[in-house]
Amino acid sequence: MYGFSQCAHKPLKKFVPGIEIMQITGCQALMKCLKEQNVDCIFGYPGGAIIDIYDELLRTPEITHVLVRHEQAAVHAADAYARVKGDVGVALATSGPGATNTVTGIASAYLDSIPIVVFTGQVPTSLIGNDAFQEVDIVGITRPCTKHNYLVKDVKDLVPTIREAFHIARTGRPGPVLIDLPKDVMASKLTFPEPEPVQMRTYRPTCEPHPGQIDKACKEIMKASRPVLYVGGGIIASKASGELTELARKLNIPVTMTLMGLGGFPGSDSLSMGMLGMHGTYSANMAVAHCDMLIAVGSRFDDRVTGKIAAFAPHAKIIHIDIDPSSISKNVKVHVPIVADCKKALADMNRWFDSSPDVNLKAVHAKHDPWLAQIKEWKTAHPLSYVEETDIIKPQFVVQKLHELTGGDAIICTEVGQNQMWAAQFYQFDKPNQWMTSGGLGVMGYGFPASIGAQMAAPDKVVIDIAGDGSIQMNIQELATARQYKCPVKIAILNNHYLGMVRQWQELFYDKQYSGTILDVAPDFVLLAQAYGAVGLRATKPSEVEPVIKEALATKNTVIMDFLISREEGVYPMVPAGKATTEMLLV
Amino acid sequence: MRHTLSVLLQNKPGVLSRVTGLFSGRGFNIESLTVAPTIEKEVSCLTLVTSGDESIIEQITKQLHKLIDVIKVTDMSEHEYVDREMALIRVKAEASTRAEVLRVIDIFRGKVVDVSPKSYVVEVTGSQTKIKAIIDILRPIGIQEIVRTGAVAMTRAVK
Repeated sequence: MYGFSQCAHKPLKKFVPGIEIMQITGCQALMKCLKEQNVDCIFGYPGGAIIDIYDELLRTPEITHVLVRHEQAAVHAADAYARVKGDVGVALATSGPGATNTVTGIASAYLDSIPIVVFTGQVPTSLIGNDAFQEVDIVGITRPCTKHNYLVKDVKDLVPTIREAFHIARTGRPGPVLIDLPKDVMASKLTFPEPEPVQMRTYRPTCEPHPGQIDKACKEIMKASRPVLYVGGGIIASKASGELTELARKLNIPVTMTLMGLGGFPGSDSLSMGMLGMHGTYSANMAVAHCDMLIAVGSRFDDRVTGKIAAFAPHAKIIHIDIDPSSISKNVKVHVPIVADCKKALADMNRWFDSSPDVNLKAVHAKHDPWLAQIKEWKTAHPLSYVEETDIIKPQFVVQKLHELTGGDAIICTEVGQNQMWAAQFYQFDKPNQWMTSGGLGVMGYGFPASIGAQMAAPDKVVIDIAGDGSIQMNIQELATARQYKCPVKIAILNNHYLGMVRQWQELFYDKQYSGTILDVAPDFVLLAQAYGAVGLRATKPSEVEPVIKEALATKNTVIMDFLISREEGVYPMVPAGKATTEMLLV
Repeated sequence: MRHTLSVLLQNKPGVLSRVTGLFSGRGFNIESLTVAPTIEKEVSCLTLVTSGDESIIEQITKQLHKLIDVIKVTDMSEHEYVDREMALIRVKAEASTRAEVLRVIDIFRGKVVDVSPKSYVVEVTGSQTKIKAIIDILRPIGIQEIVRTGAVAMTRAVK
């Protein structure tokens, strides 16, 4: 159930023929299309321009509609739903402000390559361009942050457009697609066309790796003595964890993951070096700086990963596997590019190493042993750590306890900032699709609505939002949604009464001038939870952490855990922006 | 370095803004841009002149390819090609300079398409170098207004 189908065409649900001659409304056609795409849950908020769609939803019991309390939350929830289900998430908003409120969610899904389809209402076609009430050019607004978008002006285009949108969202490098639906178009009648596979002249993503490039890459790997696998969200999107793990273990190659790639390779495996980059581990950053072969898979050399480009993997030959040709050689010049679905490319490489007569896997292992010994030395010298204290709660301790008490099996959502980095560092992920974070756009307010989306997709899982006291307030209104749909999500607020990450930068680089980062005035989160009918718990000292988490996990309701943490705790290691990744500030 | 890109795209509303938005959003440079339908009425050809080093041109080409409505991108600089641009130039033409202006237009094989007692409107077609040359020659006489189409380009047939 996990992972996105990158290239394979999903079989469409067939409908019983016989009623095709009948004319149906655009709204009815939309419902039929959603069912055809196996959509069983959507997140939305009604309004004047989509009142007809909401009316039709009432007559569509197969689709659960989750009424959020802000349209941004609908998109984040659809995003997490997509990540957990491994299929397209769907959000619905009205025209004008409803549509503009979705933009942050769409941009986040775009940067994280998450397949979602967002439907927005639009004023009737006769009024488009008239500055009508609640009219915005949402197609124009979202053009740079969607994979593609549409305004449906004629009802006969409605069904083909929806089918195309789902196809574009889920294939190739996945991403958000928006469809703008004018009110009159949705009320018009049409004859529903039979389902047929989408054929597009202009969109055919490359999935199959070029055999020549695979051969070249594998031969280069054989020459290396200090190789590193640097893997990103593409591993999760293409469900390539198995192939990656096989390759790493087969050749004895250490693996580092980006923020988006966490869980793509088991964090507990001895070959794992954890995350790299700005708040990556010492061993991962040192390994990349000293490797002679960097195998990048489904990752995009983001500035938070590379630091100073000139000092990133300076001694390495670079192989880059990515389904998006524009990701290759964008920031860092690559020696062997492979444009393909990661899963297929890794599978082909595994096959190459298994079948090539010149490959002696034992010798390869032995050749890499000194390199792994060096990495082990780095790991031992500077492991992820923090200074433990007896009377003050350390945020890292909270995350470690969450890991311990959930057996590492919870779905972890995060907000953005210190909470996100501590979660990434200290909740060790062994499996893909249990880690939801706004990696590229870095949206404060992502985690809580995402946890609702994740819980709707996986009702039996423990879902935890690791939050800060700043970011939780960006979508706190969703407590009502969580309560309404009985989502027993657990919110762990690492409360330091600061906007912690910006404060940390101010501490380090701005003479401790805490401009705009002190959150002295905040709600009492325990009482706030109670006001919504949820449960509020608080821990003020380390000994209370475990009982609070245990009680939360045993509660069938939505729970806020308010952990009052060491106020000026920082996230370390840290590579200052623009510096080489070896120039780490350590604990 | 200057590159002329020929981009075939679906003739749909909003497609041009996808292309221009891509250029402004990613900080790429557009020197000129023209677009019109091709022989297939649902396909338009957009000719775009831009500049940048090899890696920027590579990114531009890849990013254009990534737009769903783009069918094909050709970097003309990798081929033998012809390019043409048309310019309308309103040039001062009073009694003392009229003959000189006509001589220049003749040399560049342009033509006068509008006449008034004090000025001509000149139509001239050619490569961008040629357009620049006639502008440079006419400037001292007195150019009042220029409108240019931007370049269109086509690959030469393989001989």
